[in-house]
Amino acid sequence: MHRRLFPVLSGLSLCFFLVAPVLIVGAPYESTMGLVQKIFYFHFPAWMAMFLAIFILGISSGVYLFRRKPAADRLAVAAAELAVVFGLMGLITGPLWGIKAWGVWWQWDARLTMAVVLELILVAYLLLRQYGGAGSDRLAAGLGLFAMANVPFLYISTEIWRTVHPRTSVVPTLPVDFGVPLWWSLVGFIVLCLALLSLRCRLEEQRAMLDQLYLAVEEE
Amino acid sequence: MNRFLQVAWLVVWKDLRVEARSKEMLFTTLFFAISIVLVFSFGFVRAGQAVEGAAAGILWIAMAFSGTLALGRAFERERYHDALRGLLLAPVDRPAIYLGKLVGLLLLLSLVETVVAVLVAFLFGVPFFRHGWWLFLMLSLGTVGFASVGTLFSAMLVRTRSRTVLLPVLLYPVTIPVLIMGVSGTTALVQAEPDLAMARLWISLLFFFDTVFLTLALWTFEPVMTE
Amino acid sequence: MVSLGDVDFERVTVSDVSRFYGRRRALSRVNFECASGEIVGLLGPNGAGKSTLLSVLATLAEPSTGRVRYGAWSARAGGAKLRAKIGFLAHDLQLYPELSARENLEFFAGLYGLDRCEARADAALASAGLEFRADEVVEGFSRGMRQRLALERAMIHAPRLMLFDEPFTGLDEASCTALVDRLRHLRGDGRIVIVATHDLDVVDGVLDREILLTGGKLQVLRQSGTLRERYRAAVAKRRGNEQRVKPLQRNAQDQDSEDENGASR
Repeated sequence: MHRRLFPVLSGLSLCFFLVAPVLIVGAPYESTMGLVQKIFYFHFPAWMAMFLAIFILGISSGVYLFRRKPAADRLAVAAAELAVVFGLMGLITGPLWGIKAWGVWWQWDARLTMAVVLELILVAYLLLRQYGGAGSDRLAAGLGLFAMANVPFLYISTEIWRTVHPRTSVVPTLPVDFGVPLWWSLVGFIVLCLALLSLRCRLEEQRAMLDQLYLAVEEE
Repeated sequence: MNRFLQVAWLVVWKDLRVEARSKEMLFTTLFFAISIVLVFSFGFVRAGQAVEGAAAGILWIAMAFSGTLALGRAFERERYHDALRGLLLAPVDRPAIYLGKLVGLLLLLSLVETVVAVLVAFLFGVPFFRHGWWLFLMLSLGTVGFASVGTLFSAMLVRTRSRTVLLPVLLYPVTIPVLIMGVSGTTALVQAEPDLAMARLWISLLFFFDTVFLTLALWTFEPVMTE
Repeated sequence: MVSLGDVDFERVTVSDVSRFYGRRRALSRVNFECASGEIVGLLGPNGAGKSTLLSVLATLAEPSTGRVRYGAWSARAGGAKLRAKIGFLAHDLQLYPELSARENLEFFAGLYGLDRCEARADAALASAGLEFRADEVVEGFSRGMRQRLALERAMIHAPRLMLFDEPFTGLDEASCTALVDRLRHLRGDGRIVIVATHDLDVVDGVLDREILLTGGKLQVLRQSGTLRERYRAAVAKRRGNEQRVKPLQRNAQDQDSEDENGASR
């Protein structure tokens, strides 16, 4: 399946990313922030891609835990790594915007805090897989579920705390000039995320097959 | 259900009996918690005056750190002689074992936290006991949240070699929400003008967190523990 | 909640069971069957997969491929009810050193949902020969005494399938003989007994059948000679085969795990 999926998805995301700069350049300057506002076209989609990856991680972890399907485990690893990568993008682009908007690199606002926490959990997941030894896949699956369960707390905490971070509710109300490039980049990031996911899954699949071949050779 | 609670109680009874005999966990955890409070005091006291608002943080950090120590030790006991596998082999609902271990830990931590709360109140002159029951409720819920995740994690790490390092690495990120809620809630209680509405909000959030993670832990304990 | 006796079985069937840790193979396509009233010896050098196989049989570990049937039941379908019929004396004794001998027994009897825990503990203490030290903590016991206590604790629920991992470790002559008698008694009682051991001289003549594992694979034992002679011949034959695949194996052994050390030499 992945063999055909990857070229299609990567081709599609290439289209999106080739057109995206044109749209972003074409979008009007935001009055107060000027050029820096354009980071938003990367920042927001990167976070959304991260949430997608975390969601996939949580679901596939659950499936692996209760159904013991090796494919679910491979999907979980792929999703966790991608979530870390997209999370890093968000964490890098955020302060770049923050230094202009807030005058500081970092604010201890709830949304940022929880973003860092999620990133930490995901890195912990990868550490567990790396150093957990034999059987750590099962343990990592448990952690994957816990990572997903932490996400709602992120949203709740932003609603409770008066945050400095712009509310997510601004996104649907954006004027069309800003909205089109934003949604375009969002779809582009999601497709990229899926493309990389299928590529990473294929790598894991081949690794599993190689393991099996080693075992088969030994059998002889 | 009856049998479930009976098994959980048996595990609690066993842990209490072991602890009553050695008292090792209680004393080491207590001493560790007290040292944490002192170490943080040295970090936060400027010119003889404590930094304002540090007390709540110190209380909760002492809870988290000493909790990790106790968690590690509680399962080190089960690992010694592979006793945990003996428990898993018994014809019981495995989540009952989890619940038993959790309750045993909570009993121990509640003792430790009582001492720590009094100590922090004394050293930093914070009115912890102005709304004593509120603080009690908040600490209890926070400890349940922390320990319910921690018990699952240390149980599943029993089999891995690098468990001593991995436990804090996994546990702290996942339980940071508990710390945030606990510290904010406690601060709301002890500030000059206590904000009870805010405290109530954090308490209900803690309760929500506990429900989600306790359910999740009970649910995943069985598949996670099968090799 | 657990009504004991719901699940019972006359035979255990292991079909095509393999267990992998990444590229390392702890068990490879193991097939055998044992029936009630049989003592089966599980032999093999260190790291041959004996402990892994016992863990799988005890339902503590799941096979990577293949399956184990307990009569009509699988480990997952049987669940707690099936575990009530399995006893496992592991190499690590699964005792709490801070508790007394009696407390250990009563705790596990309670976990197994047995009635008359005290009476059962008394009986078990008597057959372990520990009546007079019943209330001392296990920490102070010698390895042999612990071994005897662990044996009683593993069998306190009169399981159908009894698994022993090196049960003779630390036992003196008299205790060894007692244990051998015990095994015979279990056989007479219609239990399925599987013993993993290196003490070939002790079990020679007791075992109804031997299963030899080397490098995770089942080997056939020659039929004539003493147990030790047959074992040596089979291991030597296997070594010869291994020489040829060694270069490949070296690469495959980068994966490690705690309970097995891979090496079968």
